Amino acid sequence: MAYDLSFAQDVYKNSEMGHWIKMCKQCGVCAGSCPLGPHWEYSPRQLFQLVRGGKKEEVLKSSSMWMCTSCYNCIVRCPRGLPITHIVHGLARYASVKGYADPDQVTNRFATKIFWGNIVSTGRVGEALLTMRLYFVDGLASGIKRGLEMKDSALGMLMTKRLNPIPIRGKIKGYAGFTAMIAKAQELEAKREAGA
Amino acid sequence: MKEYTFFPGCSSEKNASAANMEHSVQALCKILGIQLNEIDDWNCCSASIGYAGGGQLPRLAMSARNFALAQQQRGMTDLVATCAACWLAMRETAERIEHEPQVRADINIALKEADLSYEGGIKTRHLVEVLIEDFGWDALKAKVKKPLTGLKAAGYVGCQTNRPFGIAGESFENPLYLDKMIEATGATAVPYAKKVACCGGALMFTEVEKSCALVRDLLQCAVDNGAEVIVTPCPVCQLNVEVYQDKINQLFGTNFNMPVIYYSQLFVLAWGGSWEDAALHQQVVSAEALRRFA
Repeated sequence: MAYDLSFAQDVYKNSEMGHWIKMCKQCGVCAGSCPLGPHWEYSPRQLFQLVRGGKKEEVLKSSSMWMCTSCYNCIVRCPRGLPITHIVHGLARYASVKGYADPDQVTNRFATKIFWGNIVSTGRVGEALLTMRLYFVDGLASGIKRGLEMKDSALGMLMTKRLNPIPIRGKIKGYAGFTAMIAKAQELEAKREAGA
Repeated sequence: MKEYTFFPGCSSEKNASAANMEHSVQALCKILGIQLNEIDDWNCCSASIGYAGGGQLPRLAMSARNFALAQQQRGMTDLVATCAACWLAMRETAERIEHEPQVRADINIALKEADLSYEGGIKTRHLVEVLIEDFGWDALKAKVKKPLTGLKAAGYVGCQTNRPFGIAGESFENPLYLDKMIEATGATAVPYAKKVACCGGALMFTEVEKSCALVRDLLQCAVDNGAEVIVTPCPVCQLNVEVYQDKINQLFGTNFNMPVIYYSQLFVLAWGGSWEDAALHQQVVSAEALRRFA
């Protein structure tokens, strides 16, 4: 795979907290501290070195960044104080925005489309709708199968009044202003991400 | 009566997954003399998983709107959160508004669209910090009417109440406050090596088997140490560790049936509140082991 010498510079400048990657000393404490560590294609340490080496496609097409559970263990253990969780979140977002991330990667699909779509559609999380959207993301048949596998738990949640039987929720009162605020923030974000 | 501005968060709403936490928190506050003034018309904090769809600024703007509303409605009064993810998102936003002028400026350009502004300054606190700092261990112990003597509890702190900010004065690797809370009710805090391990968080939705393996280890550690109940401050931990036990038993051939409750439920029970006050009727895995104290 080709080296892209501009890649590292672009990540430093335009990926959230990306400039910190320069500070990584390759000790690997992050990899050893990650609860899903064995499941990363490349550990955070390896990702950072691949960024520095210009390996754009290896980094951005990797499923690695989507393995982050946001436990923040790597942040508090990094001997150089790198905000690793945020760097990894930033790389995931960068891969998604630039069109490299597999749109069917389960966490990419959930985080970028389903979860974000859910919260901006009313201003708050609609848990029941969120769960349904997630279960039925691959169509009706697999949705019913997933639902049935979790039916006892779902019933338990309903019976204890911890799941809304009506999966629709109203918008917050200030929804118009909320939406305008998000639109403006997205506009500024897009400019920043394009390196403007 | 002590008053605070309150951000309950989406999972604490009626018919939402942490309705039991919210119910017991209200009971706890009533007993202790705390008035929580909820921010009117708050929005989602965007949680950690909001990073991918929201990026930096839209994600931070969401918490900024809550700060702006809080200031408008309640001035600079301390803002209290009970959800680990909400508390973390608010702390992160506050820190970035304080330290990054560009972020502060951009957030205000976005907020202006909602006729709001915010320049920082409101202190965000976890309810746990309010209990420890504003009331203190002696006051928490003095409220005990029914000591939970003999109850063996594993204190599961989890991630986001502990990292990257953490409860003031506690260590990341071995925070002690939750064990001290358990002991303050008269119960016994069993050794629990998994106290700051991860439950999978939002990846329980997408990487189900990987996350279930994490929770299996959390449950096994509690069983191995003789715990009758797991106690946690975090609504994501509570949900993942409680509700997925069926799935875990299916996946791994285990036989877990471990109640997972909030510190607030434990306090309310020990302070003489009813089973319903403590929202113990809202457990998916029955908390009958605690019935002897109700």
